[in-house]
Amino acid sequence: MGNPSDGAPQHGGTVATAGQAGGVFEDPGIPPHRLRLSDTDPKAAKRAERQVTALFIISVIGTVVFLVSYFAIDLGPTSTVDTIRTQNILLGLSTAFAMLGIGTGIVHWAKSLMPDHEVSEARHAVRNEDDRQAAVKIVDDIIEETGIKRRPLIRNTLIGALALAPLPALAVFGDLGPNATDILRHTMWAPNAQTGKKVRLTRDPDGTPIRAADVTIGSAFHVIPEGLNDLKENRNNEKAKAVVLLMRLNPEDLHISPGRETWSYNGIVAYSKICTHVGCPVALYEQQTHHLLCPCHQSTFDLTHECQVIFGPASRPLPQLPIEVDSDGYLVATSDFHEPVGPSYWEREYS
Amino acid sequence: MSSTPTSYQPPTKVGRIAEFVDQRTGLSSVTREFGRKVFPDHWSFMFGEVALYSFVILLLSGTFLTFFFNPSMAETTYQGAYVPLRGMDMSVAYQSSLHISFEIRGGLFMRQLHHWAALLFVAAMSVHMLRVFFTGAFRKPREMNWVIGGVLLILGMAAGFTGYSLPDDLLSGNGLRIIDGVVMAIPVIGTWISMFLFGGEFPGTAIVGRLYVLHILLIPAMILGLVALHLIFVVVHKHTQYPGPGRNDRNVVGYPLGPVYAAKAGGFFFIVFGVLAAMAAAFTINPIWNYGPYDPSPVSAGTQPDWYIGWVDGALRLMPGVIGDIGGYRQHFEFMIFNQTLSLNILLPALVPAGIVFTVLFIYPWLERWITKDNREHHVLDRPRNAPTRTAIGMAGFTFYCVMWAAASSDLIATHFHVSLNDVTYWLRALFFVGPIIAFTVTKRIALGLQRKDREIALHGRETGRIVRLPHGEFIEVHAPVDEYKRYRLVAFESPLPLPAQPNAKGVVDRRERRRAKLSKWFFEDRVAPVSPAELEAAHAHGHHEAIESAPAGSGH
Repeated sequence: MGNPSDGAPQHGGTVATAGQAGGVFEDPGIPPHRLRLSDTDPKAAKRAERQVTALFIISVIGTVVFLVSYFAIDLGPTSTVDTIRTQNILLGLSTAFAMLGIGTGIVHWAKSLMPDHEVSEARHAVRNEDDRQAAVKIVDDIIEETGIKRRPLIRNTLIGALALAPLPALAVFGDLGPNATDILRHTMWAPNAQTGKKVRLTRDPDGTPIRAADVTIGSAFHVIPEGLNDLKENRNNEKAKAVVLLMRLNPEDLHISPGRETWSYNGIVAYSKICTHVGCPVALYEQQTHHLLCPCHQSTFDLTHECQVIFGPASRPLPQLPIEVDSDGYLVATSDFHEPVGPSYWEREYS
Repeated sequence: MSSTPTSYQPPTKVGRIAEFVDQRTGLSSVTREFGRKVFPDHWSFMFGEVALYSFVILLLSGTFLTFFFNPSMAETTYQGAYVPLRGMDMSVAYQSSLHISFEIRGGLFMRQLHHWAALLFVAAMSVHMLRVFFTGAFRKPREMNWVIGGVLLILGMAAGFTGYSLPDDLLSGNGLRIIDGVVMAIPVIGTWISMFLFGGEFPGTAIVGRLYVLHILLIPAMILGLVALHLIFVVVHKHTQYPGPGRNDRNVVGYPLGPVYAAKAGGFFFIVFGVLAAMAAAFTINPIWNYGPYDPSPVSAGTQPDWYIGWVDGALRLMPGVIGDIGGYRQHFEFMIFNQTLSLNILLPALVPAGIVFTVLFIYPWLERWITKDNREHHVLDRPRNAPTRTAIGMAGFTFYCVMWAAASSDLIATHFHVSLNDVTYWLRALFFVGPIIAFTVTKRIALGLQRKDREIALHGRETGRIVRLPHGEFIEVHAPVDEYKRYRLVAFESPLPLPAQPNAKGVVDRRERRRAKLSKWFFEDRVAPVSPAELEAAHAHGHHEAIESAPAGSGH
C-alpha cells in the first residue's frame, strides 16, 4: 500500500508501440497530498462541522414539512386541482429537502472532514493458473465419472429429450390470441347481411347521422358507423378499423379513377382515417391544399388524387369508403371498404 | 481472526450483536476484504451510480403505485375528482391512474417521481455507456460486463415502454397502435404476433394486463439480476482508473471504501433522490388527464414518445414510403412476394438502424481486440483524445443515433423554427447517411489536435499570458513549465503503430489477416506520439520557439 512507483504503464505484448527512441518518462508517483483548509485551521474544521449539522437539520425540517402537508391536506372525490397541485409541490419539495439535506451533508462531511489521502492498492489476477488446472481436472473427472462419453446412447437420447421438452412450454401460449387474420378485413360498414340495410355515416363521437346537405364545400367530418356507440363489447376494436374522414371538395378537383365513379356523392368523399403506415389516425386536414397529414410520422395523402401518398413513410393510399345518399337524404356506406384498412400485413392480399 | 468465542468478549452492545452475527456468518472476512477496498474517484464514474440509484427509486415508487393501480381494460364511467373528465367512458386502468393522481395523497408525486426516475435511469445508463466506450473501459477483462450493460440498456427501454403504456391514455394507446403496426409488418408471423400480443384485434382488452406483468415482474427481475451480476464483476475486476502519476495497470489508486468512498457514494444516493423529488414536485411529466382516455379516433399533433424510444420512432419517420414516379409507375417500398405483402417501408427503419447500433455495440470490444491484436488486460483508461479512431467511431455512432432522435421531433422542429416540415425531413435523411461520416472525420481531427496541444504543453509548458519584449524588440509569451505530475499525465499513454499482417502458424499470411492489417492501419495510421524524455531534453536545450515547432510531431503520415 502506498508505494506509488511500482512500474511504468508500458508493457510487453504483441502490440507494436511507438518507436520512442527517446525512452519513456518515469512515473513520478502519486502527487504529494495537499492539506485542506479544514486540515490546518481548526476554525475551518469547526465551520465545516456546523455546515454539515445545518444540512442534516434542513433534512429533518423537510421530513416534518412532508408529514404536515400529508396529514393537513386531505384528498378525495371533491378535491380541486389547486389542492392537488399545492400538496404535490409541498410533498415533492419537502422530500427534496429531506433527501438533499442528508446527501449534501454526508458528501460535505466526507470531502471536508474525512481523510482525503489517496492510497494505492495492488490488483490481483482475475484468474490463477493453479485454479485453472485444478478446475480442468475436476471437470474431466466429473465427465469421466458420468461415463457420458463411453455411453453415447444415453447422451443422444438425453439430448433428444431435452430438445423436445420445451415444446409444451411453447404450446401453452397458443391461447394468447386467435389467429384470425380474416377479421382484419371486415368493418362495421358492411350492409346488414340479412336486411341489406346500409350503414349511415354518423358524427364522432356523438353518433348523429350526417345529411349530405350538411356537408358544405371545404368542411370535414370525423365519422363513425351508425350503431358503434351501442356496442356492448369490442367497441374500441370496431372503432379502430371503422373511423372515417368525410370531406367535400369541388367535384372538378377530384381525379376519379375508373371503377370509383359511384363511390363519391357531389364531391363528398370518405376515406379511412387509419394511416396505412403504422395505424395512427390521420387527423389533420389541410383545407387549402386538400392534403391529409398523419401527425405521428407525417405521411401526407393527396385527397384530390384518391389519397395517394405524396410524402412520408406510408406506401399505400388510404382506402376509400364508397358512399351514397339514402331516401332520407342521409349519407350511407354503399359497401364495406374494398381492401383492409390500416397498416399492411403479410396476408393482406390473400383472400 | 483471533475471535474465538471463548477468548473475545465485546465491550459494547453493538459489538456483542456484531460478534453474534459474525460467529454465525463469518462476516468479518467480508469486512476485512471490502472495508478498506480502494475505489478510484472521478466525476465521470458517477453516471453508473446515477443509473443504479434511479433504479432503486423506481423500485420504491413503483411498489407504491402497484398498491393502487388496477390494470383492467374493463369499461367504466369516470366519477372522480377531475371535473373535466367526469361522466366519460374509460378503462379501469385509466380511471385508476387518475385516481392515483388526484385522490391518493402523494399519488401524483409518486407517479411523477416514477416517470422522471425512469427517464433518468435510461439517460444515466446511456451516458455511462458512452463514458465506458470513450475511455476504453470495455477492454479486457471487462468485455462481458460491457455486454451486460448493453442488455441492461435494452431492458431499461423495455421497462420504460411497458410502463408508458399502462395508464391507457390517448398518447400511450397511440404508441401501442404504432407498435402494432410495426409488428404487423413482420413477414409471415407478424399478424400472429400482433394477435397474440393483443389477444385478438388491436386494441382488445388484454394488452394492459399483459404489459403490467412484464413491467412489474419479469423485466425488473431481469434488470435486478443483471445489475447484481454487473456489480459483482466490478468487484472482481476492481474499478478502472484514469491515467496519471502513480497509476498503472497493476494498481488501483483512490479512496478507501470506508469511510470516504462509502460516504460519498451513499450520500450521492440521497442527492439523486432529492433532485428527482424536486423535479417531480416542480415539473409535470405525462399529464394523462390532459390526453384523455384511449380512443382510436383522435390524436394530438406533436405527439412524442419518451425520449429513449425517440430514435426508433425517428427512423420510422425518415424512411420514404414512396419515391415518386419512375417510368410512369409509382415506386414504393411495399412489395408483393408470392401474393403476400412485404412492407419494407416499415420493416427497414424499424429493424436496420437499431440492429446496426446494437450489433456494433455488442461486438465492438471483440472487433477492436481483433484489429489491434491487443490481448492484455487494461485497467488504466484511455483519455478519449489518445484513442482518436475509437473516439471518432463513437462519435459517428452517437451522431447516427442523434439524427434519428432529432427526426422523432421533425414536426416540432418545423413548427418551432418556422421551416418546412418536408425540408426538415429531407435534411435529416441526408444527415442520416452523411452525419456519421462528418462526425468521424471532425472528431478524429479534434482528437489529434488535442494530442498535439498536449505535446506542446508537455514540451513548452503552459501559456502564462505574460508578454515580454526582448532587448532586440521581439515579443514572446512566457511559458511556465508544468510540474512532473501534470506532465506525466500528458505523456504517459501508448500510441501503437499499425500492426502489419502476421503469418499464421503455418507461416502463411491469409486473407483474413491481410484484412485485419488494413483495418489496423486505418485504426492507428494517424497518430501523435507522446513526448519522450529526449524530446523534452531537446526542447529545453534549444529553449527557442522555432526550433521546437519544426521538430517532427510524430505524425505518422
